[in-house]
Amino acid sequence: MDRKRSSLNLFEDIDLNYKATELRLGLPGTDDQPEIKTSLSGNKRSSSEMESSTCTDENESRSASPTKEQVVGWPPVRSYRRNIVQGKKESSEMGSGMYVKVSMDGAPYLRKVDLKMYRSYEELMEGLQKMFKCIIGLYSEREGYNGSQHAPTYEDKDGDWMLVGDVPWEMFITSCKRLRIMKASEARGLDDSL
Amino acid sequence: MVYSLPEEVLEHVFSFITLDKDRNAVSLVCKSWYEIERWCRRRIFVGNCYAVSPSIMTRRFPEVRSVELKGKPHFADFNLVPEGWGGFACPWISEMSRAYPWLEEIRLKRMVVTDESLELISTSFKNFKVLVLSSCEGFSTDGLAAIAANCRNLRKLDLRESEVMDLSGHWLSHFPNTCTSLESLNIACLGSEVSFSALERLVGRSPNLKILRLNRAVPLEKLSTLLCRAPQLVELGTGAYSSGIRSDVYSSLSKAFLGCKELKGLSGFWDVDPSYLLAFYSVCSRLTSLNLSYATIRSPDITKVISQCPNLQRLWVLDHVEDSGLNAVALSCKDLRELRVFPSDPYIADANVTLTEQGLVSVSEGCPKLQSVLYFCRQMSNSALITIARNRPNLICFRLCVIEPRAPDYLTLEPLDVGFGAIVEHCKELRRLSLSGLLTDRVFEYIGRHAKRLEMLSIAFAGNSDLGLHHVLSGCDGLRKLEIRDCPFGDKALLANVAKLETMRSLWMSSCAVSYGACKFLSQKMPMLNVEVIDENGSLDSRFDSCPVEKLYIYRTVAGPRSDMPGYIRTIDRDRVNTIS
Repeated sequence: MDRKRSSLNLFEDIDLNYKATELRLGLPGTDDQPEIKTSLSGNKRSSSEMESSTCTDENESRSASPTKEQVVGWPPVRSYRRNIVQGKKESSEMGSGMYVKVSMDGAPYLRKVDLKMYRSYEELMEGLQKMFKCIIGLYSEREGYNGSQHAPTYEDKDGDWMLVGDVPWEMFITSCKRLRIMKASEARGLDDSL
Repeated sequence: MVYSLPEEVLEHVFSFITLDKDRNAVSLVCKSWYEIERWCRRRIFVGNCYAVSPSIMTRRFPEVRSVELKGKPHFADFNLVPEGWGGFACPWISEMSRAYPWLEEIRLKRMVVTDESLELISTSFKNFKVLVLSSCEGFSTDGLAAIAANCRNLRKLDLRESEVMDLSGHWLSHFPNTCTSLESLNIACLGSEVSFSALERLVGRSPNLKILRLNRAVPLEKLSTLLCRAPQLVELGTGAYSSGIRSDVYSSLSKAFLGCKELKGLSGFWDVDPSYLLAFYSVCSRLTSLNLSYATIRSPDITKVISQCPNLQRLWVLDHVEDSGLNAVALSCKDLRELRVFPSDPYIADANVTLTEQGLVSVSEGCPKLQSVLYFCRQMSNSALITIARNRPNLICFRLCVIEPRAPDYLTLEPLDVGFGAIVEHCKELRRLSLSGLLTDRVFEYIGRHAKRLEMLSIAFAGNSDLGLHHVLSGCDGLRKLEIRDCPFGDKALLANVAKLETMRSLWMSSCAVSYGACKFLSQKMPMLNVEVIDENGSLDSRFDSCPVEKLYIYRTVAGPRSDMPGYIRTIDRDRVNTIS
């Protein structure tokens, strides 16, 4: 009991010091604020969809247990264990959404896109160009992506690297495991071998 | 009067001291012991690759033979750590290639490894024997080809759960015909087919091969061929475990298993066809380790297998095992030390599986040596937890995941505080604990009071206020790693326990209520800590002091702030703090 009391006292003492050093949780010029409520999980948040939440974010009350909605990283199951029941290989991050990694030659880190967010190659190209600030250009069956600095490629189920655009969109999104935006000079080699 | 033993004698004595903790203690006795010890230390373990720099390591310990490094925080396993965070092995491997020509073993966990680094490993260390890449990424089968081709004395190549860019299965053919030293090969994580003939030949010329874990792409029809080449195997991971209905496959497999007199561990079992389960029955009575966590077989089949394995010490299984299967475990597996039950369908609210808290209670009753538990389920009660705690005070690791966040005791609708409280109170040697379900600050009070040996604690969707975190930080004397997500813990508890943070390896907090200002203050006050703020949403520069940080990773270090962070991570720079405020 004594220990408990003293630990609480310590806590309160430190709390006083805290005030004395004038560190506040509120914005400068405001009175002492009550504790900031976190926006607790309940919203689906993904690492690639950046919802712009600012510090004046709404105070969310704790929702009832979110059974239907999915929370990033919960339950804590490694990605390679996720799709065992259906027997299919890992192709999506969560139950819905079809996230694949995207790398671009020369970029320091990878990104992720949800292929289900796009309905066509054009939309996907637009999204990629925005994300990586690059120009991909138009596809043509004969020329591939000639005339631009970058060419999008993808790894399919068999582990082969293919040029994006050859197969129907629906077929593409079910077989695409990851994307790589190659430098056009490298991609030409890919093109020639097709 | 000064009396000391000759250096050689001391060195000989030290050679019997293997634990890092003991070695560190030895080096603190006096200067000469420090010197002798550092010259004869052969194994290094660095739990956080950013806690120390490669050159600091090589400068102090010049004669190392084995290095183990860990990179990303544990929550990276669940996609909470963004891409590009760090954990790059390259600078370590470069430095080691320069300083340790006689290096034999490298073990990396959650690190980014490139093909160039693998090539450098393969050419820098003439006596290289062991490469373990656990949950690593960034390399391809080209890098593996270099390892295979150049490491003449390779004994162990273990890729456990790494993400490998699978460019081709031909890398395995790069093992030269003269390579006969292989003892352990784990390629279970590889997606595409390896060249089977190369694999068969490799297995055939490796008389010391004890551990072989195949990937899913190795078909069942070929398994017996491999087993006949390696009857001395102690641990086997199968590939896909189904085939058409072919009696010849079954009988040759059965015969092959019969020949494996040393087999003690089994894993793999993707796509299991239950009719082939009987093929390894001859091995069951000897099995100490069984991993069926990829096998979607149902309870009666699982129960049949388990009841044949009286010597099982480790069992990993899906929740298809159900309470009935776990009852069978409790009856048959009296030597069980470790149980892991994984969810077959983690995202649906109501799985069609009768696995409840009762299964775990049964095992806790029936298995007196049970030490380590990982259990995913959909309902839990305080009374079950109390029973488990009373049955098994010898628990060392208890990780419970009630799948629905903040799920209360399903019988009383109360929080699970008292249940987990019983666990920490009875299990005095508990070293690792993961919490779930509805929990208030009270559970942390119990943990702070009782969990004195606790080294790692994982918290999610729990607690009411800073008091909860304060209980943990002030009470858990042995705490080394603390990871927290989605809890209403803010600045107060952290700032009241700054000194504690230096005694720990690391602290991770995401989606909590710690403010940017508190991070700055902490960084200023504690120069031995790196306070890293992760913010993928917007610019870190425009943050007000009052803004809550998205993710926070604090760790002690002697290497100063790291320089390899992507733009959305910032170490709060102490100099900047001074000029801003």
